[in-house]
Amino acid sequence: MTTLDSRLPPPRRLRPWHGLERRLRDVGISGRTLVIAAPAIWLTIFFLVPLVVVFGISLATKQFGRPPYSPLLTTDEGKVQLTLHLSNYVRLFTDPLYVAAYLSSIRIALVATLITLVIGYPMAYAIARAPDKWRNILLMLVILPFWTSFLLRVYALSGFMRGNGVINQILGVFGIEPLVMMQTDFAVYVGIVYTYLPFMILPLYTNLVKLDTSLLEASADLGSRPWQTFLSVTLPLSLPGIVAGSMLVFIPAIGEFVIPSLLGGPETLMIGRVLWDEFFAATNWPRASAVAMAMLVVVVIPILLLQKAQDAVVERGK
Amino acid sequence: MRRGWFLPIAATLGFAFLYLPIMSLVVFSFNESKLVTVWSGFSTKWYGELFADPQMLGAAWLSLQIAFFSATIALVLGTLCAVALVRFKRFRGRTVLAGAVSAPLVMPDVITGLALLLLFVAMEGLVGWPSGRGVLTITIAHATFCTAYVTVVVQSRLSDLDLSLEEAAMDLGATPVRVFFDITLPIIAPALISGWLLAFTLSLDDLVIASFVSGPGSSTLPMVIFSKVRLGVSPDVNALATIIIGVVALGVIGATLFSMRSGRARRA
Amino acid sequence: MAKKPQLAYETRPWRDPAAKPFVRIKNVTKKFGDVLAVHDVSLDIFKSELFCLLGGSGSGKSTLLRMLAGFESPSSGTIEIDGQDMTFEPPYDRPVNMMFQSYALFPHMNVEQNIAYGLKRDHLPAAEIRDRVAELLALVKLQDYGRRKPNQLSGGQRQRVALARALAKRPKLLLLDEPLGALDKKLREETQFELVKIQESLGVTFIVVTHDQEEAMTLATRIGVMNQGEIAMIGEPTDIYEYPNSRFVAGFIGSVNMVEGIVTEDEPDHVRIRSAELGCDIYVGHGVDCAPDQILWWAIRPEKMELSRDRPEGLNGANVTRGIVEEIAYLGDISLYQIVLESGKRVRVSQTNSVRGNPDAITWEETVYITWGDNAGSVLTV
Repeated sequence: MTTLDSRLPPPRRLRPWHGLERRLRDVGISGRTLVIAAPAIWLTIFFLVPLVVVFGISLATKQFGRPPYSPLLTTDEGKVQLTLHLSNYVRLFTDPLYVAAYLSSIRIALVATLITLVIGYPMAYAIARAPDKWRNILLMLVILPFWTSFLLRVYALSGFMRGNGVINQILGVFGIEPLVMMQTDFAVYVGIVYTYLPFMILPLYTNLVKLDTSLLEASADLGSRPWQTFLSVTLPLSLPGIVAGSMLVFIPAIGEFVIPSLLGGPETLMIGRVLWDEFFAATNWPRASAVAMAMLVVVVIPILLLQKAQDAVVERGK
Repeated sequence: MRRGWFLPIAATLGFAFLYLPIMSLVVFSFNESKLVTVWSGFSTKWYGELFADPQMLGAAWLSLQIAFFSATIALVLGTLCAVALVRFKRFRGRTVLAGAVSAPLVMPDVITGLALLLLFVAMEGLVGWPSGRGVLTITIAHATFCTAYVTVVVQSRLSDLDLSLEEAAMDLGATPVRVFFDITLPIIAPALISGWLLAFTLSLDDLVIASFVSGPGSSTLPMVIFSKVRLGVSPDVNALATIIIGVVALGVIGATLFSMRSGRARRA
Repeated sequence: MAKKPQLAYETRPWRDPAAKPFVRIKNVTKKFGDVLAVHDVSLDIFKSELFCLLGGSGSGKSTLLRMLAGFESPSSGTIEIDGQDMTFEPPYDRPVNMMFQSYALFPHMNVEQNIAYGLKRDHLPAAEIRDRVAELLALVKLQDYGRRKPNQLSGGQRQRVALARALAKRPKLLLLDEPLGALDKKLREETQFELVKIQESLGVTFIVVTHDQEEAMTLATRIGVMNQGEIAMIGEPTDIYEYPNSRFVAGFIGSVNMVEGIVTEDEPDHVRIRSAELGCDIYVGHGVDCAPDQILWWAIRPEKMELSRDRPEGLNGANVTRGIVEEIAYLGDISLYQIVLESGKRVRVSQTNSVRGNPDAITWEETVYITWGDNAGSVLTV
């Protein structure tokens, strides 16, 4: 066996990347820096800076013209002047509409999440316990609606629930008076449950399918009835799945716009809709910005902190 | 364990709840009458009407283009971001990057849309770019929030990847860039595909953000649908929905069969 | 049983002070944050050696191996391979290949592609790559498996693919991280044999990391025992087993009885140690580098002692003690006796079962005498 070294061409010459990498490294840029920089720059410009802009404009006032808000910085005889208005924030607290909208958003999202959990949990459990050949098909049936249009699903539901819709026609066959379901808070609840049910089922399923059935057998062996086993073994062990699923429903539900505007009535107050109307109907950009900032502080930041705490718990659990 | 009756019944009712509205929508898309809820005979005329509607078709084409480009941008940015977060444990601004990439997941669409619109207006005033709102601004907006989703998908696959595979390639003479293209990329490819598809779907589906950052003449499909259904029922939307559901169903069923088969091959 | 590469006495290069080492690790230290993973290790390894780094988890053996491969760089110290400084050379520029503990076979490539990967990185002509792959497949007896994907192979087959892939570039030095760790016991014994055969026929230098002392004993030409980031002892397997240099090494390899004692006689040709634990004096037939009245330890392997019902003669009034049989573990070829001495100290003695079904064998609760030769145990000062 001849040795390899004598037959090998010198290695360096053959690496096309080598020259480029080295040249970049000479000016202090490593591949690593490039990998980090590209998404970091994009997210800074299109995610972080916009939030700062929103905050800035929330301190302006509405005025007619383009853009429809007062400038923060004005030059007056060569002096730069900064004008900040707190009126939008004052208004948020004094006008009962806003406070009511925040509270009702939280309430609607919370109640809808609970209903979704109650409906989704048995479904997830049934799929997790289904025979192998069924499981993939059932799972596919859960995922399928998620890939179809969200908007069209809400629309389908509205066709189902309206005055002369399918439900009322079926009720009519039994001689029952048509129910008014559309344009009520009830319709909003149904809409949220309907559209976000897959988000509840999937994390619950992932959790429940990993549940070791010998734990259930052990519990039964030690004298628990099925419901006791469920309460004392299954439910506590599936808590991470419950939390994950609930977060996935609660978070988008709270800022929901499409569902309340298509299914809800005029009295259905949700903060996403208020912001939308403030912006599109009233063209009050500064007010809309203030609503957004308040939403960020009241809703988004607590959720982020909660998630961080949850991650820390999970991390420690490992 | 004895199988109870509760779970099967609950699951059946749950699936009925999920599917009955969609089914009725599909059925009534073949309804003769304009009244979408009263059956008056089979007809495909709403499909004909749909394909004769230039506004709808134009919006669909626009949405597909935007979805394609924003999903592709999001794929590149999200993959880079996932590599940075999984592979580089310590760098300045890591926490900020991790936060900025996951925040859009919990950010209500109305805030994202408003914030990006205000940015685009401010940028136009300061640097003259982007001039006006339209396809470009929608694509940027969609790419930004889709990056978050791609990052999550790729990140989870990447952190499952056995580091010694990359080390083995390096040990056999591959430079880090080669390692990425020879080893890492092929192994995380399924995650990249599902990340891209997810981004594509999310972009295609988005109404709220697009409504904020679009301009005159750049109405996306969801915007057109929304303006139609807001005024009440519209049978050609039923027809469109049926087509979309059909395409998605075929895709999902195909993907499920494929993964089931390859799963079986792997076990064999 | 695996056959070790038999080097004639005179050709054992580590016994020749003038021999030039092939791998020279000089004062290497590696810190992860505040944790000292490897501390001031110096080690010379010679061409064609099969060197085992043996240690428990966290002993630093894997970190040392990863520094040789180039995945980690030392905090201080240097690593030379074949006369060249490799301390900071990246892994892809080193004439070193590694076989990973998890095998790290690329799941998306078949066996041939896995083996050819390193050759392709060197831009060898396609025909040559093909020949080389065929040659390697024959070497590891997997000719018919070239088109299979790693997930279609058994554990033993994967192990051989990993070996073939690591050997493909004909590295000067092959690093093996727990090469047999994932195999079951029977397969492991067969594979040990093959590994040594391949190593012998190719003449490559192997460095093997393992936590399995039996594996190290059967494979290695020399063993480096590692403990808490430091090398505790370097030596041939017999040296490590029969002449451990410290209590750690004596206790780590094989089983051992260890007692504390005090030197009462310190002569150039013998020492006498009084051990209260043992209940007698220990007469050692060679000089020991120690001070009079020094407290030290004496270690003896179970098979180096003998049991008898009658009091044996002993040696200069030493090397005989008495106890009661507490436990007997019958292992077939040998029986292991646990004996309680009068001090309460428990000693283990193994006896070969040379008589079939011996009705006269020593049994529980019997009082027995234990004796040993003047050179049977090791005197340890650290």
